[in-house]
Amino acid sequence: MSYLEYSVKSAPSGLRKILYLNWPLTILVVTVAGVGFLMLYSVAGGSFTPWAEPQIKRFGAGFLVMLGVAMVPIWFWRNISVVAYGVSILLLLAVAFFGDVGMGAKRWIDLGFIRLQPSELTKITMVMLLAAYYDWLPAKRISKPLWVALPVLLILLPTFMVLRQPDLGTSILLLFAGGGLMFLAGVHWAYFAAVIVSGVGLVVAVFESRGTTWQLLKGYQYKRIDTFLDPGSDPLGAGYHITQSKIALGSGGWTGRGFMQGTQSRLNFLPEKHTDFIFTTLAEEFGFVGGISLLGLYSLIIIFCVATAIATRDRFSSLVTSGIAITFFLFFAVNMSMVMGLVPVVGVPLPLVSYGGSVMLVLMAAFGLVHSAHIHRPR
Amino acid sequence: MTHRKLSRRALMLGGLQAGIVGALALRMRHLQVKQADQFRLLAEENRINIRLIAPTRGEMFDRNGLVLAQNIPSYRITMVREDAGDVESVIDDLSRLITLTPEDIDRALAEMRRSPPFLPITLTDNVSWDDIARVSVNAPALPGVTPEVGLTRVYPRRSDFAHVVGYVGPVSDYDLDQIEDPDQVLFIPRFQIGKVGVEAKREDALRGSAGSKRVEVNATGRVMRELSRQEGKPGADLQLGVDAELQGYVQARLGNESASVVVIDVENGDVRAIASSPTYDPNLFVRGISVADYRALTENPYRPLASKTVQGTYPPGSTFKMVAAMAGLEAGLIDPDDTVYCPGYLEVSGRRFHCWKRAGHGHVDLQDSLKESCDVYYYDLALKVGMDRISAMAHRLGLGERFDIPMSAVARGLAPDRAWKKRTRGEDWLVGDTANAVIGQGFMLSSPLQLAVMTARLATGRSVRPRLVKSINGVEQLSGAGDSLGLNENNLRQIRKAMFSVTNQRDGTAYRSRIIDDAFRMAGKTGTSQVRNISAAERASGVIRNRDLPWNRRDHALFVGFAPFDNPKFAVSVVVEHGGGGSVAAAPIGRDVMLQALFDATPPLAAYPTGDRQRIKAQQERLKRERLRPDTVSDRA
Repeated sequence: MSYLEYSVKSAPSGLRKILYLNWPLTILVVTVAGVGFLMLYSVAGGSFTPWAEPQIKRFGAGFLVMLGVAMVPIWFWRNISVVAYGVSILLLLAVAFFGDVGMGAKRWIDLGFIRLQPSELTKITMVMLLAAYYDWLPAKRISKPLWVALPVLLILLPTFMVLRQPDLGTSILLLFAGGGLMFLAGVHWAYFAAVIVSGVGLVVAVFESRGTTWQLLKGYQYKRIDTFLDPGSDPLGAGYHITQSKIALGSGGWTGRGFMQGTQSRLNFLPEKHTDFIFTTLAEEFGFVGGISLLGLYSLIIIFCVATAIATRDRFSSLVTSGIAITFFLFFAVNMSMVMGLVPVVGVPLPLVSYGGSVMLVLMAAFGLVHSAHIHRPR
Repeated sequence: MTHRKLSRRALMLGGLQAGIVGALALRMRHLQVKQADQFRLLAEENRINIRLIAPTRGEMFDRNGLVLAQNIPSYRITMVREDAGDVESVIDDLSRLITLTPEDIDRALAEMRRSPPFLPITLTDNVSWDDIARVSVNAPALPGVTPEVGLTRVYPRRSDFAHVVGYVGPVSDYDLDQIEDPDQVLFIPRFQIGKVGVEAKREDALRGSAGSKRVEVNATGRVMRELSRQEGKPGADLQLGVDAELQGYVQARLGNESASVVVIDVENGDVRAIASSPTYDPNLFVRGISVADYRALTENPYRPLASKTVQGTYPPGSTFKMVAAMAGLEAGLIDPDDTVYCPGYLEVSGRRFHCWKRAGHGHVDLQDSLKESCDVYYYDLALKVGMDRISAMAHRLGLGERFDIPMSAVARGLAPDRAWKKRTRGEDWLVGDTANAVIGQGFMLSSPLQLAVMTARLATGRSVRPRLVKSINGVEQLSGAGDSLGLNENNLRQIRKAMFSVTNQRDGTAYRSRIIDDAFRMAGKTGTSQVRNISAAERASGVIRNRDLPWNRRDHALFVGFAPFDNPKFAVSVVVEHGGGGSVAAAPIGRDVMLQALFDATPPLAAYPTGDRQRIKAQQERLKRERLRPDTVSDRA
C-alpha cells in the first residue's frame, strides 16, 4: 500500500487532533524529562540554576514544537524530506566553515537567537529521507546494488561530515540508525553480513598490526583503546572519567544514597555531570532501583513508538517511526554503555535527561513525527 | 509481502534491542549490587580528607611566673586568588595602603602560582593593628584580601634569655632529615619548631599533639564542609628555675663583655641565672632575620650566638686548685697544716715550673695556698697525689661531666687522666702534664656551668645537679639537690675555710670583692687562665702586661664563689674571656651578682666595702638606666 492510495477520510482534523496523540508516549516523555529536571537540580547542589531552569524552558519550547509537528499531516513531512535533508547538509557545511568552536570541537552554528547543532538535526532528517526513499522505491529494486549504494551514500555523507567536527558519538548514531533503517526496509541480509564480516576483520587487523611494520593506527590511538579496556591503568588521566563514573554508579548500591546525597557528583569528581554523565548521578542517588526504572521508561518509549509503527499502514510512517525508535534507542544504549564502561567514551547525551538545547528540540520534533503518524494513520 | 518482511525484521531488531537492554541491566546490577561495597569505599576515599590542626605551643615562665616565651595574636594579610580577580592590580592597591616589600610580593605570587586558586596565600606577616584597620576599612575595594589572626612566638625578655630559651622557626628540610619518622604536624605549612635552647631541647613537651578534622573535599581539593573534629593537646607550659630579674641584671652587668655567669641554687640545683654575653634578640629569628643582622651576629668576634655558659670551655686556672687540694686531702697524702716552701718555681723532671709570683710565697700551708693562689704548693701536691686521683676528684665534683640541661651544645669539657692521653694521643702521661693540670691549665677544660656546679658541690658536699626546668604543666621536676658525695666533712671545711680567706682576708686575691654584710659573707676563688704558651724569652724579659697584648691573646679571668658562708644558698661562676686577671675582671662581677641574688633586689650599699660604695652607687644607677632601655644589643645589630 503506497502513500497515494492512502485514505485520509477517517483522520481527525483541527484541534481535535490533540485528543488523538500517542498519549502514553507523551506521558512517558514528560516523565523522563521530569527525571532530568530533578537530576539537573541535584547536580547543581539543589538549585534551579544554572541547568534545571533553562532545561525546563527548552522542554516547554520542545513540547510546543512536538505539538506543532504532530498537527501537520505526516505526508507533508514525507514531501519535504528531501528539502529537510538538503538543509541539514548545508548547515553542516556552514558549521565546517563558519561554526563556533566549543569544547575542542566545531559543532555549533550561531544563528543569533539560538546556537544550533546541525548534527543533531541531521539525525532526524536523514531518517526522514531514508524512509521517504524506501516508500518511493519499488520493492523489487530494494536489494539491487545501485539502489543499495544510494542510501549508503546518503548515510555516509553526513556521517563523515560530523566525524570531521569531530563528533564520534553522533557519527556512530547516524551510521547505526541508517543501517538499522535499511535493515528494516528489507535490504538483503547478505549486504549486512558482508559489512559485519569486514568490520570484524578490520578490528582484528587493527589489533594484529600493532607493533608490526604495517601498524594501522597511531600509538596514541592504541593508548586510548588500552585506557578503555583497562581504565585503572591511568586513573588520573584518560581513565579518570570512566573510573570516577564507575565509582559513582557502584557506590549507589541497591537504593542509592538519597536525593542530593551523591558525593561523587556533588563534589565534582564526576566529569560532565550535567551532560553525558548525568546517568551516574541518577544511579548514585537512586541506586539500582532508579537506574533500572529509567531503563524501563526508555524501553516503554521504544515500545510505544513501535506500537505506532505497527498501527500505521503506509511505509513512510512505519519506517520513520521505527527509525526514530532506533535513533532514540541508540542514544540511551550508547550513553549508558559508555558510563558503565562497556564501550569507550564517545560523547552521546542521555536523551531527554542530559542538559542541552539542540538535542532536546530535535528529539521533541522527532516525537512530533511519531505523533503525526499516529494521528494521521488510517483507521 | 513487504509488510510481513518488515515485521519479521522489526522482530529481529526488537530482539537485539531487548538483548542490549538486558545486558545494560545486568551490567548495572553487577556494578551497583555486586561491587557496591567496594565502590562505596572508593567514593569515601575520594571525598574525605584528614586535615591536621596545629597545637598551641606551650609557654615558658621564670620561677616567679614572669613570661619568658609566649604566643601572642599576630595579624597577617592573606589573599585568595580566585576572589581577587586581577591579582596584580589588587596587590597594587594594597601596597598603597600598607608597605609591601618587593620580596613579599614576589614570594606571594610564586606561592599563588603553585597552589590551587581557593587557598589563601599570606601576603605579609606581623602586620600592625593600624594596617589591619586600614585594610578592613578598604575591604570592598580589595577583593580576596582578608586580614587574619594567627599566633606568633614572642620572647618578652628579649635578649636576656636568647641562649637559654632559644627561639622557634619554620620547619626546614634539614630539620625533617634529622628526625626519624617525623610527626605529620611538621608538614603543616608555617608550622614552627624550636631551633635552639629549651625551645629545641624540650620540643617534645612544648609542641603538644595535633588535633585533626575530617573534611569533605571536592575533586579539586576544596573543603566543602567539616565532618568531625578531634581537638589536639596543647603543648605543656614550662616553668624554668631561672629568675628573670636576676638574669636581666646579670646581662646588664656583663654589658658587652665577652663573658658568662652562672648562678646555681645549691639547695636544689636550680639555675637562677645563666647568662652569656654579648647576646641577641631571639625575636629577630622568629620574624626571619635579615641577612645584614645575621652577618653582624656571626662576624662579631665576641660570638654573640654562642651559648658560652654551657658550650664554652676554658682552662679553669686556679679555680681548679680546690679540686687538687680536695684530692690530696681525701687521699690522706697532704695535711692542711703542712707547709711547702715556694721560691717562685719548682723543678719538675728537669723543667722549671714557675709560680705566678716570681718572688715566691715563702712557706705556705693549704689555706695560704688557696688564699694567695700559690702555684708551687700545687706542683708539689701533684707530685705526691698523681693525676689519676686528681682527675677522679674532678669528675666527682662535676668537671668533665656532661649535665643533662636542655640547652644547645652542652659541652663535656675535659678532666683528663693518664689513660685518656694514651687513648686519644697515643702518648704517655708526663709528670709535667700533671703539673700543668693541677693549676687548671694544659688539657683541663671546663664550662662555666661546670665550675658553678663544682662550687655548689664543694659548698654542700652533695652531688648537686643543675636543674633548668622546674616544673612542666605544674608538675615539679626532679630536684637537683643530689645525694652526699661521701667526702670527708672535715676536709670540705678546710677547703671552704681557705676559700673564705680568699675573699675576706687582706692578702686574699679577691679581698677587694668581699661582702661586708655579716649574714651574707662570701667564699670564693679567683682564676687567671692562660690561652697561650709563655715562652722562656718572655719569662726572661719580664712580665708582659695583659693590656699590651691583642684582645684574643689575653688571659681569661675567672671567679667562683658561694654565699652565705655559714649556710650556703648560691654558687656563682664568672668567666670573662680574655678579661685579664680573675681578681680584677671576674671577682667584682661575681660579688655584684651574688649580692643581687642574695637580696633578690638591688643590694644596699652597706654590703659593699666602704671605699667602693661611691663607685657601686654610680654603677647601680647606670645599670638601672640601661635596663630601662629597650634592647641594646639588637639595636646595635
